[in-house]
Amino acid sequence: MSATRAPAVEARQLVKTYPGDVTALNGMDVTVEPGTVFGLLGPNGAGKSTTVKILTTLARPDSGSATVAGHDVLRQPDRVRHAIGVVAQSSGADPVATGRENLQLQGRLYGLRGAPLARRVEELLERFGLTDAASRPVKGYSGGMRRRLDVALGLVHRPEVLFLDEPTTGLDPEARTAMWDEIARLAGDEGLTILLTTHYLEEADRLAERIAIVDRGRIVVEGTPDALKGELRGDAVHVELREPAGEAGRTLLTGALGVLSGVHEVLIDGRRISVRADDGAAAMPGLLAALERAGVTVASATVARPSLDDVYLRHAGRRYAEAEADSAAGALTLAGGVR
Amino acid sequence: MSTAISQTWYMTRRHLMVFARQPAYAIITLIQPVIWLFLFGSLFKKVVELGGFGTTTYLDYLVPGVVVMSALSSNMWAGMGTLEEMQRGTLNRFLTTPVSRAALMNGNVVNNGLVTALQSVIIVLLGLLGGADYPGGVGGVAVLVLASVLLGTVFGALSNALGMLVRERESIIGINTFLLLPLTFLSSAFMAPSQMPSWMRHVADFNPLDWAMVAGRSAMSADTDWGAVGGRTAALLVLAVAAVWLSIRTFRSYQRSV
Repeated sequence: MSATRAPAVEARQLVKTYPGDVTALNGMDVTVEPGTVFGLLGPNGAGKSTTVKILTTLARPDSGSATVAGHDVLRQPDRVRHAIGVVAQSSGADPVATGRENLQLQGRLYGLRGAPLARRVEELLERFGLTDAASRPVKGYSGGMRRRLDVALGLVHRPEVLFLDEPTTGLDPEARTAMWDEIARLAGDEGLTILLTTHYLEEADRLAERIAIVDRGRIVVEGTPDALKGELRGDAVHVELREPAGEAGRTLLTGALGVLSGVHEVLIDGRRISVRADDGAAAMPGLLAALERAGVTVASATVARPSLDDVYLRHAGRRYAEAEADSAAGALTLAGGVR
Repeated sequence: MSTAISQTWYMTRRHLMVFARQPAYAIITLIQPVIWLFLFGSLFKKVVELGGFGTTTYLDYLVPGVVVMSALSSNMWAGMGTLEEMQRGTLNRFLTTPVSRAALMNGNVVNNGLVTALQSVIIVLLGLLGGADYPGGVGGVAVLVLASVLLGTVFGALSNALGMLVRERESIIGINTFLLLPLTFLSSAFMAPSQMPSWMRHVADFNPLDWAMVAGRSAMSADTDWGAVGGRTAALLVLAVAAVWLSIRTFRSYQRSV
């Protein structure tokens, strides 16, 4: 994995429209360096899964091009298929077959046979803690066990590039943490490139070396989690109002808060006001006083270090939780927490 | 080529395992034919006296009818399984592997054929147990099994195509319940053609179910009309190939819609 090696994944200007004029991708560009973990972060329907479907040869783009492991997804799909492992949102392991049988079949489809296949299967069962359950039908597995089997299925042929599409969606918090540990270990595997999609900010922050934020079918910003958060100056101050601010109130408040010293950006969205400040704690009294003068009642106020949520808000123009109404509890934990 | 064949076998074995590990399901699919055989066999025992059946007992006449009908009723649900695999994500998982696309489809077809053949043989043996007589011998039974496998392939492939096209169980259930009884009764399953109203007889001539029954029955009788057997079997083969072709086309359009 020298620095001069070609990108493991390179997609240029992907466009995909589904029947009914639904634009899933609108000029998507993705570049993933070999041996890294890359996170595509965005709410449901942003275009992450469509991107993965195109990169894994399942779907064809209307226009644009993409290579995976150096092979063109449109012209050399079979070579791409040999080089990739795919863990889809639902990988559909055979419920009647045992975990071991599912892995054996998957290996055979890649041309593995005999002793090497048997060794690889036992190795994966061991690694994913499925040895005891290996001879039981998959229909009796827990959600976490199934998900681990799904990942094992994607790894059976030692792929160069692994696609993990929403790897922890639907898992309970305990199983999610366990899966994170598994993925972090995978990332340490020699040369394995991982492209991960997630709608959990925390997951992207924790696992990915680089993150691209996807909104409405294209990437709005890309970088390391720290660089993205560092781009935002100072602290984030969040104020929750008791009543949503109207159109006139918004303009008034933006003006009133913007003139305060040490305050850079003011974003008002319904009842939530987000302010960027050099020093959040120092700016707080002035902010609250200005709000009181403006005649609005404050329900709560917090100061936080910048989180990916703030990055999302800044680049996508809306709060992540609104874009992702069904985001699970805990996903919006602010990095660094309240000071 | 050998890769495609071994992959077809892996895919077939995967389906067969589902069948073998759920014996309750296999037994249930055999209960209905047993009911038809022995209930109808007793109920209509005397109709054979009307003439035109070409067999000594009504049971002899009924067995091929029930074999073909069972081939239809078990294969017409194939689309449900395909739909389930699509929704579960199994199909997409296989599509991202280098497995041959033909093997993916063929595994399903071969599995259905093997299950239909087994089911047909069991019904023939049950008939034997109930006192039926097959003058055409093993060769005749083989023709019946072949014809019912071909018929099963026709309806299995159409059901798969339907499943991929409409993507909802309700449509498959609706179309199947709508088709099963008319297709069965507008054929020579239970009644000799010479005893049927003439319009019904003409309709039956265009019913693939009837082709399979006529071919099987003639081959199993003492004086086989090989011309009729060959013609009907060839027609079923053509239909089966066309149906499989159609299902592969639908499969491609499914891939485009992913």
